[in-house]
Amino acid sequence: MSADTHSHHDDHHGDHASHGHGTMGQLMIGFALAAILTIIPFYLVMAEVEMSRTALVGIIMGLGAVQIIVHLVFFLHLNTTSEEGSTFMATLLAVIILVIVLAGSLWVMHNMNENMMPMHDMEQMLEEMQSLQSQQG
Amino acid sequence: MANAQPAETFSPIFGRLTLDWIPYHEPILVATFAGVALGGLVVLALMTYFKLWGPLWRDWVTSVDHKKIGIMYMILGFIMMIRGFADALMMRAQQAMAAGEAAGYLPPHHFDQVFTAHGVIMIFFVAMAFVTGIMNYVMPMQIGARDVAFPFLNNFSFWMTVAGALLVNISLFVGEFARVGWLAFPPLSGANYSTGPGMDYYLWALQIAGIGTTLSGINLIATILKMRAPGMKLMDMPIFTWTALITNVLIVVAFPVLTATLALLTLDRYADFHFFTNDFGGNAMMYINLIWIWGHPEVYILIIPCFGVFSEIVSTFSGKPIFGYKTMVWATACIMVLSFVVWLHHFFTMGSGASVNTFFGITTMIIAVPTGVKIFNWLFTMYKGRVRLEVPMYWTIGFLITFTIGGMTGVLLAVPPVDFQLHNTLFLIAHFHNVIIGGVVFAVYAAVSYWWPKAFGFKLNDKWGKRTFWFWFVGFYFAFMPLYALGLMGVTRRMNAYPDAAWQPYFIVAAFGAVLILLGIISTFVNFYVSIRDRNENRVGNDPWDARTLEWATQSPPAPYNFPFDLQITGREAFWTMKKQGFTWPKENYKPIHMPKGTATGVMISALALAFGFAMVWYIWWLAILAFVGMLGLGIAHTFNYKRDYYIPVDEVAATEAKGAAA
Repeated sequence: MSADTHSHHDDHHGDHASHGHGTMGQLMIGFALAAILTIIPFYLVMAEVEMSRTALVGIIMGLGAVQIIVHLVFFLHLNTTSEEGSTFMATLLAVIILVIVLAGSLWVMHNMNENMMPMHDMEQMLEEMQSLQSQQG
Repeated sequence: MANAQPAETFSPIFGRLTLDWIPYHEPILVATFAGVALGGLVVLALMTYFKLWGPLWRDWVTSVDHKKIGIMYMILGFIMMIRGFADALMMRAQQAMAAGEAAGYLPPHHFDQVFTAHGVIMIFFVAMAFVTGIMNYVMPMQIGARDVAFPFLNNFSFWMTVAGALLVNISLFVGEFARVGWLAFPPLSGANYSTGPGMDYYLWALQIAGIGTTLSGINLIATILKMRAPGMKLMDMPIFTWTALITNVLIVVAFPVLTATLALLTLDRYADFHFFTNDFGGNAMMYINLIWIWGHPEVYILIIPCFGVFSEIVSTFSGKPIFGYKTMVWATACIMVLSFVVWLHHFFTMGSGASVNTFFGITTMIIAVPTGVKIFNWLFTMYKGRVRLEVPMYWTIGFLITFTIGGMTGVLLAVPPVDFQLHNTLFLIAHFHNVIIGGVVFAVYAAVSYWWPKAFGFKLNDKWGKRTFWFWFVGFYFAFMPLYALGLMGVTRRMNAYPDAAWQPYFIVAAFGAVLILLGIISTFVNFYVSIRDRNENRVGNDPWDARTLEWATQSPPAPYNFPFDLQITGREAFWTMKKQGFTWPKENYKPIHMPKGTATGVMISALALAFGFAMVWYIWWLAILAFVGMLGLGIAHTFNYKRDYYIPVDEVAATEAKGAAA
């Protein structure tokens, strides 16, 4: 709607047409990569491959992250040149904010968890205090 | 009894809404309702008498003109400010009375709703409305555009904000509002401790208004990035446009966090989930963590455009380009990123270790640096300039003094050990009112007095403008300096009554300050009235302040298309350069101007959103489903509306331009 309404601006910013949709080849590469990245974690879980739980979760999360990049690059045609680079900058900002929010939240909540006395420790401590009191009493 | 909530019942037609939820037994509310109803009837009658319904619908409600929408945002802000300020007066009166044995006149059940409503309304429907309104009005003209990138979306965003505001106000007369504070921390806001519809009003009002805010953020970013006049590089944009860009980036990045957090809480309350409960693996602290990841950027969303407003005003009234343009831009960009790494300073006392608290304490102190850069830039802009002390400049100087004090108490609170003393005391309340009133409110008043002549073609009354300023300025210090003192004595916030009568004198001084601010608000409306009454004596030309940015190149008030011709921009302060080169608009060779057409879709979808929100609050499922399907249907139907644009013919452009030249 904006482009129609303000056609005079298009003369200046008319470069986005050249960065429209990717070629068939690009789409197919993207599809293949996405499929592989999906099959690997499914295989790991369904074939019950021998490995530690932490490693398994780590691999799945890591492949998920790569999957996001594949989608952005091959399906959403993210690159450093389209829209005078502002698409790339916007994505970069989004990634930075996401990392801050996720890493920050994990750090904050983990730290609080460390500083809080777990329920069974607290019960234990209460019992010890009571027994100490009864000995002194 | 005011405390008792009606029993929980459910009927398929009215959900849990029964007659018991209408608070006809509370005299304050009945009187308020009578007042609102009477006022509303008078307005309706007058509008019918003067046959204003047609023009209101055609020229305002369905308009996609960014200037009209901007003005409507400002009207919404002022109306909601009356509501929010009434809440403030009630709290000040209660706390001035309820010392020692006295209980005051507001029962806790009511008092808790009042402070929640005050916070929610002032942030979401006053400050946000004002800031969005100013950006909407000024920014497209500053970049030489004829409208925003998505004009229909702009209209829709506005009406969604109105729908949210209406939902909050409906809670006053149907049911109740939340009693949880403006950020609604669980478990208090969870299903177990907040029964009744109050908390649900909060959730749905904010979700509906949040859609409007997010969409408007996307819209304004697209406008700034794609619709600048040919030749205007990013580093040629006026500072206000820069701050608008950065604010809207913050909106787009931060508001989804609020939406998601409130959605999780909604699932907790409606569908028996356990994200933020104390059992079944839920964690209430996660809510506080998430809400402040949105909440801290939010305060910068409010203040950054205000920095832009003051930048324009200081530069205009000092007759100089802004000092340190590039440092101003980079300082704003730094604040944008830094505002995302300080959120934990809102809950230093929640139990994090020394390492976490130290990190967030230091980042908070660092964010004061780019803000300090800005203060010095404004001072250096005034230095050796020919400063004209017009009303906008009064507000600017008042801001510089007040905001600096607020900033310093903020850095004080950033020190974790100090925060352990002052957390949730009135010191904190004094601090954030110091920066929000001293920053945002003063900026809004400055902006209104600065751009009013552009919007309406005549200046505001000088005498009443100065009265407004002095009442607000002095009133602020009377109202909040006592709260700093009380906070240092350890008086906590949100107290319905307190045992120590020695605190009472401070609260009485604070209440006196609130009365002064009331006089300031009354002066505002007297000012509007007097100025509109005497408009013919106060008519001004297109550029009454000898300003430097493009919005002053348009007529006052601007034509619907803003600029009759495309402009070729060659550098900063485009209008100042044009004036020096003796620019005048050509008087012939007009071309038809392509413009977007008004549509009623925005207001209709928003009306359905209001019905949806109301139905969800009261568990009226059939209405909720109906309204939701209606919203989707209207949205889809609108995509088939191809009559979205029209051309303003050459004759009309020529006639409009000739009229402007005569004035």
